[in-house]
Amino acid sequence: MTFLALEGLGKRFGSHVAVDGLTLGVEKGEFVSLLGPSGCGKTTTLQMIAGFVEPSAGAIRLEGRDLLAVKPAKRGLGIVFQSYALFPHMTVAENVAFGLEMQGVAADERRRRVGETLELVGLAAFSGRFPRQLSGGQQQRVALARALVIRPRILLLDEPLSNLDAKLREEMQIELRQIQRTLGTTTILVTHDQAEAMALSDRLVVMNQGRAEQVGPPHVVYERPATPFVASFLGRTNLVAGETVRPEKIVFAATGLAGKVRTRIFQGNHWLYQVETASGLLTVIRQNSGEAMPGEGEQVHLAWGKA
Amino acid sequence: MSRNGPLALAYHALFVTFMLAPILVVCFVAFTPEGYLSFPTDRWSLRWFYAIGRYPEFIAAFWRSLWLGALSSAIAVALSVPAALAIARYRFRGREAMTALFMSPLMIPHVVLGVAFLRFFTQIGLGGTFTGLVLSHIVIVLPFALRLTLASAVGMDRAIEHAAISLGASDATVLRRITLPLVLPGLVSGWALAFINSFDEVTMTVFIAAPGTETLPVRMFLYIQDNIDPLVTSVSACVIAITVLALVALDRAYGLERLLVGRSGDGR
Amino acid sequence: MSSLASLRVAKAPYLLTLPALLLFAGVVIAPLVMTVLLSFHDWGQYKGIEPVFVLKNWHEVFTDSYFLEMFWRTFRVAFFVTLLTALFGAPEAYILNRMKSPWRGLFLLVVLGPLLLSVVARTLGWALLFGGNSGLVNKALMSMGLASAPVPFMFTETGVIVALAHVLMPYMVLAVWAALQRLDPQVENAAVALGAGPFTVLRRIVLPQVMPGILSGAIIVFALAASAFATPAIIGGRRLKVASTLAYDEFLNTLNWPLGAAVAVLLLVALVAIVVGSSRLVERRYAQVFG
Repeated sequence: MTFLALEGLGKRFGSHVAVDGLTLGVEKGEFVSLLGPSGCGKTTTLQMIAGFVEPSAGAIRLEGRDLLAVKPAKRGLGIVFQSYALFPHMTVAENVAFGLEMQGVAADERRRRVGETLELVGLAAFSGRFPRQLSGGQQQRVALARALVIRPRILLLDEPLSNLDAKLREEMQIELRQIQRTLGTTTILVTHDQAEAMALSDRLVVMNQGRAEQVGPPHVVYERPATPFVASFLGRTNLVAGETVRPEKIVFAATGLAGKVRTRIFQGNHWLYQVETASGLLTVIRQNSGEAMPGEGEQVHLAWGKA
Repeated sequence: MSRNGPLALAYHALFVTFMLAPILVVCFVAFTPEGYLSFPTDRWSLRWFYAIGRYPEFIAAFWRSLWLGALSSAIAVALSVPAALAIARYRFRGREAMTALFMSPLMIPHVVLGVAFLRFFTQIGLGGTFTGLVLSHIVIVLPFALRLTLASAVGMDRAIEHAAISLGASDATVLRRITLPLVLPGLVSGWALAFINSFDEVTMTVFIAAPGTETLPVRMFLYIQDNIDPLVTSVSACVIAITVLALVALDRAYGLERLLVGRSGDGR
Repeated sequence: MSSLASLRVAKAPYLLTLPALLLFAGVVIAPLVMTVLLSFHDWGQYKGIEPVFVLKNWHEVFTDSYFLEMFWRTFRVAFFVTLLTALFGAPEAYILNRMKSPWRGLFLLVVLGPLLLSVVARTLGWALLFGGNSGLVNKALMSMGLASAPVPFMFTETGVIVALAHVLMPYMVLAVWAALQRLDPQVENAAVALGAGPFTVLRRIVLPQVMPGILSGAIIVFALAASAFATPAIIGGRRLKVASTLAYDEFLNTLNWPLGAAVAVLLLVALVAIVVGSSRLVERRYAQVFG
């Protein structure tokens, strides 16, 4: 049986349809990302699972039981909010202990589990600090610890890394993935960042205008986008004679589609080209292997393997 | 940012002199050893401060003002907190009209409120009573209390409460452990600002206070209407000293600029 | 379940605002309505207030030249107070804004603090400064050569205007200060980089941007000056009447409450009209730029 099932889930705000008949099954221990542009309904979906927004249609079942009949406070879900939503007037330890306190866990047990969880996120030394005394990345870990310590049935992550800078975000992605693997917590991530979604998830749900456009493992969705929207949302694409071609699949060859390099931009680990061809302006990405690359204004030929 | 030139600083000095002169004059004259209004030249004296003790009306009016300000501000804050939460959180029919109504005592001249309260309280049998004073002061200080509680309610991240709910907290627990502690700074400073405004109010109160229920500013005003002598300067000096102390404390605790400019969005 | 919950959500804001709403309905709206009604009642020296509907008070207020002169004085005083505060308060706010850290906070406290000091005590200070021909202000004016003979301040409009300008000055500084906080300091630097002198920067860059602040400060100051009571009562004395001191007289000395109510209601209506009208005008003028 499916662990978490969304069945024809829908939400309207007045005449605006935020989520439109979403059906999705999530298996126990799975990491699923809801990916899409802002306003695609991904956050509303998460809030319906959490219980902060009431669905207009459909059902949510957790292990076969109707989740909508359960009050938000009794759903036993761990949530990491985009703003972290730490309790500013409580220390790190108090923040993490709050959920256990609500469950009536005894003080000793509480202290032990808070310590354990802070250890897990690498913040054992910071338990006496207040949130405002922590960096963004540390606050993020506290939020994660607070959600995990109650051993949630599902961990809901709402754009948890969007407030971090690029380097820290990458580190946290790796850490998040490791922690999730270690604990085996079923996790649903909401994000607009396709790289983050692909890096973390077992399965992607690409959403657009309240609907799921495609559901599948990241590499499948990337390689075989089901719709033009999915293709363009996940990475750059070229449209050549009705066929989508990823820029990194195109190589400079001795023969092939003739063209002229209009611009060349160096981006560290790769080069980004715009090439004028008979089929229009094509984007080409080539790994920086240290070899000489065609310059601006040069005549080139482009080739790619048929998908 | 560029500096102020000498001309600007000279202007500033004149301006500050203008702002402080009448306040300082009152405080100086209060120390006169003479029996009439004059500046203490060679000798300072506390005789007019001791003289306050011989006028029980001033002492009684002072305690009444203190009690009135504390009570009406507390009730105004108690009414403001739920109203601020509703206005900050919900979009409902009549929301703008209600906000305008609660803020209206700032717009309506106090003399008009005084007239209206005099008529109203006399009609319902509360004329000249302390209850009437409390009711009217709640109304005039409520905008100040509401403005600051509203600022902290608006500045508060809703997700913080959602986080507490998701961790299993009941509505009552969320209110007690999360919401109230987070709006507390706004609540305390709202009370303080309300108190100061109640403590200084004269225009409206002069209409509805009877001889047994006069507040300190009303007593001072009526005294000045009859004659100006050093006694009223020493009373004023005491009032100024108390307010300045309260102001400095408030400035330390909350920031006077934030209090007066009333900027929101600095909840974090 | 869902309809029940949505009902709960729909009711919540009304339940939360209900206590304050009840208080305001009972203690603000009802008294104001009663005051309006009162202004249509009749009154006689011996019969007191008669609850009948007559236009006598309104007729008197609109036709008697005494009331016309009094209202004219009220708004004239308010106008000059507004002008003084704008003229002197706006530059001070600008200077304060350019000050550095400890001074800025200190002088902000000095300039804005009086707002929260007792109005009676501050007015008393002016009464002492003006006091008779030997008052400190006149001594200062004459020693600086700004006046050849003592200027009468007590019981004159001049005195009321100066004292009220002092009492209400913080509101103007506050409004301009708030507008200056929204100003991007880089814009001034941009103008300087384009070759503008300090005066040009002030006139072409800063002033237009703080104008909404000055205007909103002016509206507040005007409204408060026109309805001020303690200051005109103490400095103006018994003869120099403005609307609020006249209403006080009618209510507590003459005891002609209906006439006093008419004066008060007219003051309220005139002020609401002026404040709402000028706010609209200001908003429309600046909506495009600062919306």
